[in-house]
Amino acid sequence: MPPIIETRGLTMRFPRVTALDDLTLAAPPGVVGLVGANGAGKSTLIKILLGLLPPSAGGAQVLGLDIARQGGEIRRVVGFMPEYDCLPPDVSATEFVVHMARMCGLPPTAARERAADTLRHVGLYEERYRPIGGYSTGMRQRVKLAQALVHDPRLVFLDEPTNGLDPAGRDEMLGLIRRIGHEFGISVLVTSHLLGELERVCDHVVVIDGGRLLRSQAVEAYTAASGVLVVEVDEGRDDLGRWLYGRGVAVRPEERLLMIDIGDESVYDLVRDGSAELGLRLVRMEQRRHHIEEVFSVAPQAVPLPPGAVPGPPGAVPGGPGAVPGPAGPSAEELRGGAR
Amino acid sequence: MNVSTIHDIGYRHYDGKRLGRAYVTRSIFVHNLRAAYGLGRPARAKVMPFILVGIMLLPAVGDIAVVAIAKRPEALFPYTRYQFMLQLIISIFVATQAPVLASREIRFHTVPLYFSRPVGHVDLVLAKLGAFATALFALTATPVTLLYVGGLVTQVPDSGEHLLHYLGGLAACLLLSLVLAAIGLVVAAFTPRRGFGVAAVIAVLIVSEALVSIVQKIAEHTGHWTMSGWLGLCTPFTLVDAVAVRLLGGKEGVTVPSGLRGGAVALVLCALIVAGSVLVLHARFRKAGLS
Repeated sequence: MPPIIETRGLTMRFPRVTALDDLTLAAPPGVVGLVGANGAGKSTLIKILLGLLPPSAGGAQVLGLDIARQGGEIRRVVGFMPEYDCLPPDVSATEFVVHMARMCGLPPTAARERAADTLRHVGLYEERYRPIGGYSTGMRQRVKLAQALVHDPRLVFLDEPTNGLDPAGRDEMLGLIRRIGHEFGISVLVTSHLLGELERVCDHVVVIDGGRLLRSQAVEAYTAASGVLVVEVDEGRDDLGRWLYGRGVAVRPEERLLMIDIGDESVYDLVRDGSAELGLRLVRMEQRRHHIEEVFSVAPQAVPLPPGAVPGPPGAVPGGPGAVPGPAGPSAEELRGGAR
Repeated sequence: MNVSTIHDIGYRHYDGKRLGRAYVTRSIFVHNLRAAYGLGRPARAKVMPFILVGIMLLPAVGDIAVVAIAKRPEALFPYTRYQFMLQLIISIFVATQAPVLASREIRFHTVPLYFSRPVGHVDLVLAKLGAFATALFALTATPVTLLYVGGLVTQVPDSGEHLLHYLGGLAACLLLSLVLAAIGLVVAAFTPRRGFGVAAVIAVLIVSEALVSIVQKIAEHTGHWTMSGWLGLCTPFTLVDAVAVRLLGGKEGVTVPSGLRGGAVALVLCALIVAGSVLVLHARFRKAGLS
C-alpha cells in the first residue's frame, strides 16, 4: 500500500527555533501515532502537511498529493482536529458541525445528515442541541472530533485528542480512534506526548524529538520481546536468585522481581526446578516486553540497534548440567492461577 | 423521531456531491449575516440587534403618522438625512455586532478550522465584510423604504422626484453600510475581547464624530468655512453624507466639502477605506489561521 504521508528532508525554521530538522519519514495507512515531547514539532508538522505553512526546506506528500502545489486538494480530503479549544460557546454542537460540513462543500441537506450521523458516532446524543459553552471537556473533544470527520475525509489529523480527559474519557477517546482507523476505514495521524496510550491504538508509531526523527516503525517492533525473563516469587526472592546464580544464570534483582537474561530455553526449567527445590511459591514468570518509552531512554546516537535488540550487557550463560530441554515455560496467567 | 437513531447501522461513507468555492463562500456569507442578527444563537443574542432595528423604525413610523394626520407633506424626512439623524443607533449596532462577526471566531480559535478546509483567505474576508454590510444595509434601508412607502400612501406630491431621492437615499445607505462594516470589522478584529471590541468601535465612531464636529464649529467661528467642510471627511457618517449631498442629490445638514469635487473625493475615500479594510482583515485572519 502506498504511504499516506511521506516527507523528504522536511525542515521548518522559525526566527528563534528550528521546529523540524531534516525530517524524512513514510507512514503507512491505518492508525499512525506521532509521539514527541511538548515542542517536539508535532503541531508544526501537521500545519505543514495541511499545506497551511510552507516549510523552509524539503517537501512532503499527503495521500499522494504534494503539499506545495496541491494544498487545496489535500484540505478537501483530510480532516483536522486541533489541540486547542476551537469551539464557539454560544452555538449548539449540531449547528456548529453542520456549518463546518458546509465549509467542506457538502450541500445543506447532506451537511445536516452527516452532522447528525457523525455526532452520533462520536457519542453525542440529546446534548448536541445545547450550546457548546455548557459542555464538559470530554464532550468538547467529541465535538472537535466530529467536525474533523463530518465530511468523510480519507485521513484525519488528530492533535492531542486525549488532552485534558480523565482516564475513562481517555479510554473512550482511544477506542473511538481505533474504530475510526479500523471500522470507518479512515486513516488517522494522532499525536500525543504519552507513548503508552499510542501503544494501545496505533499500528505504526513515529517518534520525533527536537524536530528530528527518532524512530518510525510498526508498533509491534517497539514492544518485541526483550530477551529478559521476569520472575516473581512470594517470598525468598534472594534465595532463588542465589540458587540460579550458582547454576550460572545471569540474574539480577529489581524491586520485588528477578530479571533473568534468557540465554536459552533451559532457563525456564531452572526457574521451575529452583522454586520447587526451595519450596517457593512462584507468582509470575513472563517474557518482558519492550516499552515504547524506552525509545527515549536510549540516546538518539545509540538508535541503530535493530528493533528487539537486548539493551544492556548480553548474558549468554549456558544452562545447568541437569537441565532438560523442554517446552517453553507456561504463560504468566497459568502460573499465577496455579500458584495461588 | 428519527428511527435511525435506534438502529446503529455503522459508519457510512459519504459519496454525494461536494460543491465548490462559490457555495462555500455563500455559506459563510449566510452564516455571518444570520450571526449579525443573533440567528442560530441563543435568544439573548437576538435582543440587542432587534431592539436597535425597532428603534431605527420608530422615527420613520412617527414621521409618517405626522404627515398623514397633519397633512403636511413637507414634514417627511429627507431620505438621505435619515441615517445621519440616527447615527447613534447605527453606531451602537456596529459596535455590538461587529465583534460577533470579526473577533468571535478569532477569540475562540475557530479560524484555523476554516483554513484547514477548502476555504480561501480572501473568500472568508469578503464573505464576512459582505455579510456585515448587508446586515447594516437592512438596518438602514428598511426605515428609508418605510418612509418612501409612507410617502406614497399619504400621496405626497412630486412622486417622480421622490423616487429619485429615494434611490439616492438607498445608495447612501449602501455606501454607509460598506464603510461602517469595513471600519467596524477592522477595529473589532484587533480587539479579541468582546467588551473591548464594543468600546473600541464606539470610540472610533461616536467619539470621532463628536471631536470632529467640535473642531468644525471652531473653524466655522473663525471663518474657515472651507476647512470646516474638508474636516467633515474625517468621520464616517459625514464622509458618506458628503457623497450623498454632493453626488446623490441629498439635502445639506452639516458642513461638507463644496462642489462635485468634494463629493468625488469623499467617494474615493470611501473606496479606499473598504479596500484597505479587506487588506488588513486578510492579514489578520491569515495570522489567526496559523495560531
